Amino acid sequence: MRLLTHNMLQCHARGCTTRNYPLRFEEVRLDTEEKTEVNPDFIMGMLPKLDWAALRTTAMQLGMTELPEQAPDTTMDEATIHALHAILLDTRVMEGKMVCDGCGHVYRIKDGVANMLLTEHEV
Amino acid sequence: MSRPEHQGPPEVVYNEEEAEKYTSNTRIAGIQAEMTFRALELLCLPEGKQCMLLDIGCGSGLSGEILDEEGHHWVGLDIAPAMLAIAVEREVEGDLFLQDVGEGLGFRPGTFDGAISISVLQWLCNADKRWHEPRRRLAHFFTTLYSSLANGARAIFQFYPENDNQVEMIMEQATRAGFTGGLVVDYPNSKKAKKYYLCLFTGTMGGSAELPRALGEEDGVVYNNEQIRERHAGRGRHRKNVKDKDWVLRKKELMRKRGKKVAEDSKYTARKRKPRF
Repeated sequence: MRLLTHNMLQCHARGCTTRNYPLRFEEVRLDTEEKTEVNPDFIMGMLPKLDWAALRTTAMQLGMTELPEQAPDTTMDEATIHALHAILLDTRVMEGKMVCDGCGHVYRIKDGVANMLLTEHEV
Repeated sequence: MSRPEHQGPPEVVYNEEEAEKYTSNTRIAGIQAEMTFRALELLCLPEGKQCMLLDIGCGSGLSGEILDEEGHHWVGLDIAPAMLAIAVEREVEGDLFLQDVGEGLGFRPGTFDGAISISVLQWLCNADKRWHEPRRRLAHFFTTLYSSLANGARAIFQFYPENDNQVEMIMEQATRAGFTGGLVVDYPNSKKAKKYYLCLFTGTMGGSAELPRALGEEDGVVYNNEQIRERHAGRGRHRKNVKDKDWVLRKKELMRKRGKKVAEDSKYTARKRKPRF
């Protein structure tokens, strides 16, 4: 799972409405090997949809400290776009857990596929 | 043709063997591709823009591959682990989630520029677990889907409804969640090529919210929500009584001609008896 997708994801268990975002990563194994083509327009388009604070916290958790405190504005230079692309699209979480701080539900990630199934009482 | 959704829950029906068959069968892949292209066409995405799309029931990523080819970024959901395993094996581009969409989606508001779903909705009409309630699951699904779509985005569902009740139930829940739109039936007169596409719109887009045209020349049928409801409600209410006075008179005449003893016609002929106990 890419960090871009993680930024869009919140806990969807029943009654879990506070502190359900972002999901905290634990025991992750990352894959940053595969490089994809950079599309500046797509990155620009996604920028307003991103929750910058959440992205920065997540990146810090994973040991990536290069993100600035403030979100870059639409006049980004080439280098910033490439750096963002590397974090958002070329960083994949292959194994690990996502933990909701609100309800404590653990979403497991295996082979890059996150298990979002809930139990009966969480629906 | 037998319906796979009658055989059991999706995660059981699409086990390793079936998932393998499903993905390697060129006929199925062909049909899937055709339906995906049609769904993409109905989505009416802006030309040349790389969009963030949601593939509900992505399976082994057959439809996702087409989204890739068209240059979009996608996220796929499916409930069958075996199907997802094949998708991983085939190294599809999108991010995959093992998820039961009837439990609702966990995406932040306004995430996706559009959603497509091929042959999934009919599964949601089944109750596969003790606590499943199709109406509520559909409602929960549509509500969370609505909020995760950007304003003005569309969601296109190709599905195989079993009967009109299913269509009506699905449409009712979608409308309740805030969607507008309706049903597009391609090639309605062909048994094989006939395909149902539920086209749902979020927000109001002025004139562009018109339903797309169906395929199959002049014969393609498009129903909006009111028409589905009317068609459903109208059944039985306007039906003419078959055995009316004319019918009785005709039968009596026939019997007379055959030389039977028949009561004379009068103003009481073919009238209903009084209710008497």
